[in-house]
Amino acid sequence: MFYREAGDFKTRYADDAQSFPIAFDRYRYYAVMVLALGVVPFIVNDYWANAVLLPFLIWSVAAIGLNILTGYCGQVSLGTGGFMAVGAFACYKLMTAFPGLNIGIVVLLSGGVTAGVGVLFGLPSLRIKGFYLAVATLAAQFFLVWLFNRVPWFYNYSASGQISAPERTVFGVPVTGPNTDAWATYLFCLVFLIGAAWLARNLTRGAVGRSWMAIRDMDIAAEIIGVNPLRAKLTAFMVSSFLVGIAGALFFSVYLGAVEVGEAFGIQKSFLVLFMVIIGGLGSIFGSMAGAAFMVLLPVFLKNLLVGGLGWDTALAAHFELVIVGGLIIFFLIVEPHGLARLWELAKEKLRLWPFPH
Amino acid sequence: MTRLTTLALGAALAAGPALADLVFPDLSYRTGPYAAGGIPFSDGYQDYFALVNARDGGIGGVPARVVECETAYNTEKGVECYEATKGEGALVYQPLSTGITYQLIPKVQADGIPLHTMGYGRTSAANGEVFSHVFNYPANYWDAASVAISYLSGENGGDLTGKKITLLYHNSAYGKEPIRTLEELAAKHGYELTTIAVDHPGQEQGSQWLRIRRERPDYVIMWGWGVMNQVAIQEAANIRFPMENFIGNWWAGAEHDVTPAGAAANGYKSLNMNRVVDYPVFDDIRTYVVEAGNAAGDGSNVGSVLYTRGMYAAMLAVEAAKTAQEIHGVADIDAGMMRDGMEALEMTAAKMEALGMPGIGPEFSVTCQNHGGSGLGLVQQWDAAAGTWTPLTDFIAPDDAVIDPLIAADSEAFAAENGITPGCAES
Repeated sequence: MFYREAGDFKTRYADDAQSFPIAFDRYRYYAVMVLALGVVPFIVNDYWANAVLLPFLIWSVAAIGLNILTGYCGQVSLGTGGFMAVGAFACYKLMTAFPGLNIGIVVLLSGGVTAGVGVLFGLPSLRIKGFYLAVATLAAQFFLVWLFNRVPWFYNYSASGQISAPERTVFGVPVTGPNTDAWATYLFCLVFLIGAAWLARNLTRGAVGRSWMAIRDMDIAAEIIGVNPLRAKLTAFMVSSFLVGIAGALFFSVYLGAVEVGEAFGIQKSFLVLFMVIIGGLGSIFGSMAGAAFMVLLPVFLKNLLVGGLGWDTALAAHFELVIVGGLIIFFLIVEPHGLARLWELAKEKLRLWPFPH
Repeated sequence: MTRLTTLALGAALAAGPALADLVFPDLSYRTGPYAAGGIPFSDGYQDYFALVNARDGGIGGVPARVVECETAYNTEKGVECYEATKGEGALVYQPLSTGITYQLIPKVQADGIPLHTMGYGRTSAANGEVFSHVFNYPANYWDAASVAISYLSGENGGDLTGKKITLLYHNSAYGKEPIRTLEELAAKHGYELTTIAVDHPGQEQGSQWLRIRRERPDYVIMWGWGVMNQVAIQEAANIRFPMENFIGNWWAGAEHDVTPAGAAANGYKSLNMNRVVDYPVFDDIRTYVVEAGNAAGDGSNVGSVLYTRGMYAAMLAVEAAKTAQEIHGVADIDAGMMRDGMEALEMTAAKMEALGMPGIGPEFSVTCQNHGGSGLGLVQQWDAAAGTWTPLTDFIAPDDAVIDPLIAADSEAFAAENGITPGCAES
């Protein structure tokens, strides 16, 4: 009824090529943007920002990054935690080396550094594929964490190996350090998420994205029709690491404020992002965000429900959280192996026919 | 968006009505690889507040309320717990995790809530002129390192020259803390220090102990926590390392660390910052808390090493709250007053005796310049047959001549990084 192409006449090519060709989708997108940019900053408090929204935004950026590599280009990576660590430590070194540099630029530069490292570790992907590539990226994960633990230069020779973010401001408003306001950190991360989603969406619609998908679907066929696998794979590693690096930098500087590499960027983080991508939906920007929401927000929600709402014992609740989240993952994968994004697609298909399904 | 609204509902349900009570959040961990240490500590911490409520009717007439939040020793969950509980009028945070402590230090300074990291956390927080809201009395890691070296020096007639000492440490901020102190002390005492890292969570230590077996150090000092301790003691037994030359710090010396190795663990030593004997207060806890069915755990931990330490931590918090009530003349204190109470805290032998725990810790008094207490620690030894820890020494003083300059240097670096002007605020 509302959700259909019929009647929505396009008179220019640009209209035909837009991200949301269906009017209803477009309005929904505008509504979400208005809500996220115009309403949430005014009502968000410390708890919501630090415990719910910041992790969601940051993990979404990381999931979009991994989705480009794994979902669009078909290269399985277990090195996400290590690449996030590169972003975080690059951010720390840049923040302390150039105190006057704007934090936004620092975060982007950290993404750039990570892109370089990602390309380096992406080189083996030209020779090895599938599970073997996953093992090679696993090596990157362990090597990078070991490196940041081992070489004191990375943590400025502090006694404990911890890095902590000094205060930095954007337009005079602090976004890192202890004296931040909830809305400022929220908006800062939101801008990066919108930027990441916009970049990913437009790259995957264009020639670069098509070459990634060609490689993913069948690399030999792609090579025969003229896709350069070197360029396609390395650009995928580059863009993916860039976004993952930004996520790592935000994770350290804005969200946690102090990190220890082994704990914050260990192998479990690589798995976490991979699960987000798989549960959310491979090859979908929306899926990345849905997966991040599922993996990050559900435990917090369950904790509030079980401990705060039902008054359960904290240890019991913590164990049940694992049981419930694990059960739900299996449930979703059985019901819809293509992830939450596919459920969303199905809902839209249904909506297209509603209310006359036959 | 529906998930967010349901979440809002959950959060709204979580927020209870505000009554006149003193809120002590307990960021505990009863799950994960560090739960073995987290459970008894948290039980002791909560049971003491329950005892104070049941026996004394609260602190100065105001009941204490413990808000428990599970962190699983994970820094992200720690942040979530901090944000979730600080709005309830939290008086003091004790996260029992060095990683979470590092995260909370800037936050508590900004929010004005004191943070008490008893024998863990950031050592240089002992400098109260820089770390106004962070306290680590009665002792810290660098004290522990120094106490261990003093003890070993005493064992060897005051001379450690040419001895080989190995530090086996948890590869995290926690484990790395003592390295600099041990290096300074090595320069002073002439022993040879090697450091061996064990990665989280520490179940895999084969290569580390192979190295120890090859190098045959005279002593091994361990900075371990959680499952790492049990594994290390078992591995030490496997290579027949003499247990009396193996010394853990005070987080590597509880019953659950040594019992898995059975009789082989006999003679293992560890530091302790509080003496563990059967105090009269345990009878009170059994009567008022465990038998009344209000215990945080099943009551089986009462009197164990970490239970005692958790109780000691709660006792120090209660005494600080009482001090704050005296200073400000208000029973229902807030976090700022609590901070003043902690800074004016004085622990005397008479006070500890009156509380039913004579000699549990050293006497110390906190001042603005010194948030670290006296730094005394003792050495205890495991008796596998009796299943008890026996204190071997009285409280040993750390080498302040080595530690104080390190604290000054590290805290000044923090002050410079964060734009803090050191000084004692008048409040």
